[in-house]
Amino acid sequence: MTEETKPFEPVIIGFTCNWCSYRAADMAGIARMKYAPNVRLTRLMCSGRLDPTFVFKAFAGGADAVLISGCHPGDCHYVNQNYKAMRRYHLMKRVLVQMGIEPGRLKLLWASAAEGQIFANEINKFVEEVRALGPLNWNADRRPQIADHVLLSVVNGQPAEAEVKA
Amino acid sequence: MSADENKSNTKKTAGAKERVGVYICHCGSNIAGVVNVGEVSKWAGENLIDQGVVVSRDYKFMCSSLGQELIQKDIKEQGLTRVVVAACSPHLHEKTFRNACKGAGLNPYLCELVSIREQDAWVHTDKVAATEKAKAIVSGGVARVVHHEPLEPLYVPIHPATLIVGGGIAGIQAALEIADAGFPVYLVEREPSIGGHMAQFDKTFPTLDCSACILTPKMVDVGNHPNITMLTYSEVQKVDGYVGNFAVTINKRARYVKTKDCTGCGVCWEKCPKKVIDDKFEAGLGYRKAVYTPFPQAVPKYPVIDDINCTYFVKGTCKACEKFCPTKAIDFTQKDEIITVEVGNIILATGWDLFDARRVTNYGYGRLANVFTSMEFERLSNSAGPTGGNIVLRDGKTTPKSVAIVHCVGSRDKNYNNYCSSICCMQSLKFAHLVHEKTGATVYNFYIDIRTPAKAYDEFYQRLIEEGTLFVRGKVAEVTDAARNPGEEGKLIVQVEDTLIGQQRRIPVDMVILSAGLEPRYDSKAVAKLFGISCSADGWLIERHPKLDPVATMTDGIYIAGCVQGPKDIPASVAQGAAAAARILGKIQQKEIALEPIRATIHEEQCSGCRICNTMCPFTAILFHEDKMVSEVNPALCQGCGTCVTACPAGAISGTGFSNEQILSQIEGLLLLTLDKKKETAVA
Repeated sequence: MTEETKPFEPVIIGFTCNWCSYRAADMAGIARMKYAPNVRLTRLMCSGRLDPTFVFKAFAGGADAVLISGCHPGDCHYVNQNYKAMRRYHLMKRVLVQMGIEPGRLKLLWASAAEGQIFANEINKFVEEVRALGPLNWNADRRPQIADHVLLSVVNGQPAEAEVKA
Repeated sequence: MSADENKSNTKKTAGAKERVGVYICHCGSNIAGVVNVGEVSKWAGENLIDQGVVVSRDYKFMCSSLGQELIQKDIKEQGLTRVVVAACSPHLHEKTFRNACKGAGLNPYLCELVSIREQDAWVHTDKVAATEKAKAIVSGGVARVVHHEPLEPLYVPIHPATLIVGGGIAGIQAALEIADAGFPVYLVEREPSIGGHMAQFDKTFPTLDCSACILTPKMVDVGNHPNITMLTYSEVQKVDGYVGNFAVTINKRARYVKTKDCTGCGVCWEKCPKKVIDDKFEAGLGYRKAVYTPFPQAVPKYPVIDDINCTYFVKGTCKACEKFCPTKAIDFTQKDEIITVEVGNIILATGWDLFDARRVTNYGYGRLANVFTSMEFERLSNSAGPTGGNIVLRDGKTTPKSVAIVHCVGSRDKNYNNYCSSICCMQSLKFAHLVHEKTGATVYNFYIDIRTPAKAYDEFYQRLIEEGTLFVRGKVAEVTDAARNPGEEGKLIVQVEDTLIGQQRRIPVDMVILSAGLEPRYDSKAVAKLFGISCSADGWLIERHPKLDPVATMTDGIYIAGCVQGPKDIPASVAQGAAAAARILGKIQQKEIALEPIRATIHEEQCSGCRICNTMCPFTAILFHEDKMVSEVNPALCQGCGTCVTACPAGAISGTGFSNEQILSQIEGLLLLTLDKKKETAVA
């Protein structure tokens, strides 16, 4: 590590649907709203297309966090497929915890095509959260230990701040 | 997870088979100002050779004809089999580059447009980070594109009929354009008559044509047109299908009048004993009967019985209308009727609602009798209105000697609506002229800015100044009846800071007219949802592109016209109605429509017949064959969301255009640099 003075820049893979959240990203661009350059987006037609494999592939491939974004509940271009994304999101969190990955590295964000500002703000917030978690490290000896209450909160489906013991 | 994931292991060999061209757009300085495009292009050319990149270029404007020719030349000369363009959002120019590839003989779906403008150059300031991100995005695109398959669009027939929702001037214009071209139109209107807000107006600015005189002939044309089916007093309940083939369920509310027998003679409303305050057409200033047509020139001419106020429906007796109707057209047993119509395209022209001036409590509307809204004034001034066109105070007889017109009520105000309602300045000038002409009163206009940008509008403003209308620049703080001196007794006092002279003024007047702004229909969000299109936070429906595609929406086959898209005046609404009609006529003439070939297919031999996908599909596009015990996707109904692809436990469904291979490779591509970096640090 030669660049210890520089803050850690996480790499985040984002999945957006074609209709709301990708357009929110476009909208943020058109309005020249500035946000952190850490997220790389992959466009899906619908957040319901999000196969959990994609998320695990991203983590396995070196991403420090994954963002899933879709239309607001009730606003899905495909009627209600975003609810399926929401269900999978909660299941994925459980699996991540079992793999020793902090649940805070996976985020679900609803953004309509008009919500470029929300999209930009939430990305900034998420980047800071992941920065605080540090790099995702797959070496067994440095695998993060997740506190029992965080584990429980994920299994019970309630949000909780991820706490990591070094 | 699907079976085709296995193939991604062979990515490298598969990739090397393809010859990929990478094109990085400068977009003038839009991209090049932040992203080092030369570096990205060079990097892709040197580091993505394994992935199949044989050409990598950057160019000032890839979307220009020269830029497109560059790609076409490379396809022909270098034998490219895949193209990646890194430029703006695919929602803007995906078609452009696909067509360019098609022109050079390459299947258009073998081209991938990745966004380094909206999602990179425009949103980041750190040039190094933005350039790194651009490399990752390009690398993702290259990794993805090698797994693209040549696709052909699916052609489906387009139904020649069009549904128009909203019978205001925009809807009327659109209906006439399409019907005159010889195609059927269903015009749905919630109210008993078509005409919309324009039917309520007295004069129209800046020419001062009588609104009814120019609107009525158009309404009559609609009523008589053999190609137009009017469905008034009706509302859309459900929309099924897709572009070219919509099935729309409409609720025709019971009129309690048999339209085939009614002659519109008017005996029923003459004899009806029940007077009701008309808060819609007469803006609360006049009365109508319980059986009524909203106005004399209503189209269709048949009245409706308002079952909330009708004495028969309330008390169970009366039936005066039935007794006197010469053609026995009254039918109290009528029920709402649900009908379904098949159409190929839909235009939404549902219009606007007037801002509720009560919300600005300091202007006293609803509390101070002689404060009027703009719509009330239209009816006051209209010779067919409740006062016969006499501009009088709320007592119904006193002519005002001085009148204040307040601009921007509920508009350009962060407490209410931030936007400019665009018509209020001209409307206020028109009011000033009418008051001046009809009463000779002194007229004050209180404005923030005068906005008169269209043809002959500013000339009208100049004319008003010459006519002696007084203009006070300043946002009115308060309208009050609390007099401070004898001169103010019995008057309404307008408290305002005159910003041109820098002084507070109190101006006593007899009448105040609030030029209230335009708001989206109260149910516009529900309408947007019903038709599957998007709606801004304000509630205006969103067009496909704010400049280049103002009447289409993101949903194919659904168009918007008039104020449903945003505040606008009559000429603009008419133009949009005609524009939407022209777009649809173009589609109908093609007789069939190409659907994006992005859809799911089930591999029969892998399908276990579990039927999980059957219930997942929001469009019921998946059929189950009992005999073979396998499911099948109907390609015309499938919209390509891909939920079934993800849900299939056997991996038997593949999603064209967004296959597992494509997405997994893209993720790998996006992380190529990251992985390299991680490896380096691990070695170190």
